[in-house]
Amino acid sequence: MKIMKALWQQAGRVGLGLGAWLASSAALASVNSLPGGPAVNQLNLHPPVTRIAEEQHFLHWMMLIICLVIFVGVFAVMFYSILKHRKSLGAKSASFHESTTVEIVWTIVPFLIVIGMALPATKVVVAMKDTTNADITVKATGYQWKWGYDYINGEGAGVSFLSTLDATHRQMSDAGQPAGDDYLLKVDNPLVVPVNKKIRVITTANDVIHAWMVPAFGVKQDAIPGFVRDTWFRAEKTGDFYGQCAELCGKEHAYMPIHVKVVTDEEYSKWVEEQQKLMQARADDPTKVWELADLVARGEKVYAANCAACHKADGSGAGPIKALDGSAIVLDADKSKQISILLNGAGNGAMPAWKQLSDTEIAAVITYVKNSWSNKTGTLVQPAEITAAR
Amino acid sequence: MSAVLDNHGHAAGGHAHDDHAHDHPHGWRRWVFATNHKDIGTLYLLFSFAMLMVGGVLALLIRAELFQPGLQVVNPELFNQLTTMHGLIMVFGAIMPAFVGFANWMIPLQIGASDMAFARMNNFSFWLLIPAAIMLVASFFMPGGAPAAGWTLYAPLTLQMGPSMDAAIFAMHIMGASSIMGSINIIVTILNMRAPGMTLMKMPMFAWTWLITAYLLIAVMPVLAGAITMTLTDRHFGTAFFNPAGGGDPVMYQHIFWFFGHPEVYIMILPAFGIISHIVPAFARKRLFGYTSMVYATASIAILSFIVWAHHMFTTGMPVTGQLFFMYATMLIAVPTGVKIFNWIATMWRGSMTFETPMLFAVGFIFVFTMGGFTGLILSVAPIDIQLQDTYYVVAHFHYVLVAGSLYALFAGYYYWAPKWTGVMYSETRGKIHFWGSLIFFNITFFPMHFLGLAGMPRRYADYPMQFADFNAIASVGAFGFGLMQVYFFVFIVLPAMMGKGEKAPQRPWNDPDGQGAEGLEWEVPSPAPFHTFENPPKLNAAATKVVG
Repeated sequence: MKIMKALWQQAGRVGLGLGAWLASSAALASVNSLPGGPAVNQLNLHPPVTRIAEEQHFLHWMMLIICLVIFVGVFAVMFYSILKHRKSLGAKSASFHESTTVEIVWTIVPFLIVIGMALPATKVVVAMKDTTNADITVKATGYQWKWGYDYINGEGAGVSFLSTLDATHRQMSDAGQPAGDDYLLKVDNPLVVPVNKKIRVITTANDVIHAWMVPAFGVKQDAIPGFVRDTWFRAEKTGDFYGQCAELCGKEHAYMPIHVKVVTDEEYSKWVEEQQKLMQARADDPTKVWELADLVARGEKVYAANCAACHKADGSGAGPIKALDGSAIVLDADKSKQISILLNGAGNGAMPAWKQLSDTEIAAVITYVKNSWSNKTGTLVQPAEITAAR
Repeated sequence: MSAVLDNHGHAAGGHAHDDHAHDHPHGWRRWVFATNHKDIGTLYLLFSFAMLMVGGVLALLIRAELFQPGLQVVNPELFNQLTTMHGLIMVFGAIMPAFVGFANWMIPLQIGASDMAFARMNNFSFWLLIPAAIMLVASFFMPGGAPAAGWTLYAPLTLQMGPSMDAAIFAMHIMGASSIMGSINIIVTILNMRAPGMTLMKMPMFAWTWLITAYLLIAVMPVLAGAITMTLTDRHFGTAFFNPAGGGDPVMYQHIFWFFGHPEVYIMILPAFGIISHIVPAFARKRLFGYTSMVYATASIAILSFIVWAHHMFTTGMPVTGQLFFMYATMLIAVPTGVKIFNWIATMWRGSMTFETPMLFAVGFIFVFTMGGFTGLILSVAPIDIQLQDTYYVVAHFHYVLVAGSLYALFAGYYYWAPKWTGVMYSETRGKIHFWGSLIFFNITFFPMHFLGLAGMPRRYADYPMQFADFNAIASVGAFGFGLMQVYFFVFIVLPAMMGKGEKAPQRPWNDPDGQGAEGLEWEVPSPAPFHTFENPPKLNAAATKVVG
């Protein structure tokens, strides 16, 4: 008994400590609900943004209420019995132990209730499966551990990119220092779709089974390697909506979120344009043979976007930043010197490496610099030479 | 002669019997070479409790990590190992062997048989579990750690696992063989060794539920064996059953696995139903309502369980017809299950109830299992399942039916039959502490998970968005409380009983002086039950509930 008492006292102390800690940590780690994502201490499904999600809400409330009513009814009877039919109250047990009528009734009635539940559900199942006549088709590919989006049909076809969890979030997780309303939900490149359009999402995977889900849309579809599945949604509100991978796919399963940005038609068209430009820049064919004028023109754009900040628009540099106008390396007949600096950097990173630019972009900017301002070498550097130099 | 410990009592069992103290083995041989159903039952029960503790520690590690967002305790790889092994150990190491332990102890007693039909195969069935369990637990220490693909071991993720995956497959083959042999034993025993006059429709409900469960086991364990063997050959022998790179079909794995998996969960609950069907009538002092109906309901549940497997696969992309069929079939199972709940309540109605610990757990079972049943019904509605599949709603659902269902029934059965096994009564106060503590902490742990699932928190996540933090913290606190209660159970209730401490148990601890209360042939033998009982088939009364003459 003494041991018991001591144990309970100890448990009490631990409980108090735990409570205090909980209260303090809850205050510290304050977080707000994320619009389009989870709400703090959310109790129900996410507020619906699609008709299908609305139907799911309705079905869930219907099921919950019916089940609650039956539950309360049945257990009211049981608790009444527990209270009244006690030996301690002098109750004597009856002797009845079967009744075919009663058995039939409480088989048929639940059977009818179940049918009643299944009917509205059937309509929704059929609607969820109808992926025909989509305005835009996007393929979501599950990778270990990120999503790849390819716009296949409709406005934006051809756009393609990867969507990865923000790297700082992964670090925060490791450090045990989570922060932010969008913790573990922020990605670099969200999926962008227009509002009020039927979007068909084709899912597949590169390696193991993943699952693409967005609770606000009421959508979840397994992404299975070697298979192509589909689902669809029509978002009726603009905004940012979040989901997470919903099939165990390895160690980073918790770190491959989904972010869908629903925008107006105009915003979508603009975004598509931007993406197409980006894609074009990345998609230059490195075996193409360019004319000097075209390459210089292209190179001017690349220079303005990447080099002018340091080397100045007139190529004069400043201080430690080398002038390109009249530079010996630029004017050198040996192209490889300048190519090497662009690919590998120089001065211990003072001049960074520009490997991430495409072969075409590097060739273009080198050609531009060799043929601008007072530099008139007439030299061309073709993208293929950059490919070879890498 | 106690079947648990070697106190030299006197044998009985309703007939003259010499004290053959030299007849049965002593010391370690008694246990290693055990062929006595009571000893083997004890072995299974102790083994399953040890596995419950191991699986429980894994669960507490999981909940410790999930107590707060951010990684504090384990890295995500280890976390996936924890969730996988928690599932495998609890399902195959704790719940299933515990019910087999009950079957071994109680079925021969309840049908008036001297032992199981195949006593030596019974021994083998048990001892097979030891190397299997060692392999499962040891898998954490293999290169790459334990398998981390979830207890469902989906392909092709399993093809990426290290050597522990092969060890786990081997262990599951062994456990499957053990289950199949055990089931054969149970079926043959029940069909052939009932005392004369005990027709099938006079057989105790626990025997009925185990008869049906045994058929389920024989039907589906080979299917699991097929799935995991194909995984093994995909991993090492160049096949491509499930490997899409070779033209294989990952979804086929799911079909095969769940064809086993769904009946498996009914395997884990039907014997629980049987136990409850004994306890409620005993403590209501009233015959079980609708015995025939209960038998048919159990059989219906078992048959229906074969045609609902794809409700675990609603998001894999099956055609509309498939989704509709599996939705309808799954919703249908609610009907016979409801019938059983109603029958138990009708048994209580206008009974004369007392609420000793077995009855507390039985009533608690009915209440909390029904909650789990309703969330299952909600999940069976395919459009809702699309939102909830692979979220914490599913975790809440199956823990409600497996813990508040199967485990509570096991506890109820322990308290009910332990006086017969050990010869001593447990302390009623301690039993009540165990019950209320378990009930409260269980609900604190798993009720918030419904909300987490509705809010979209996925399963098998080592870290989560911060909005889920509070409910996770509550669940973790509850989990530690629940675990503590089970340690309390073992240290303060089971151990003293095994050591013979406690009030001496009468032959009929659950009967009033006027005879009302528990019924069944197990109460026709002394407490503790002698090593050998019913060595000759007893003569039974018309209802096959008492020994006459």
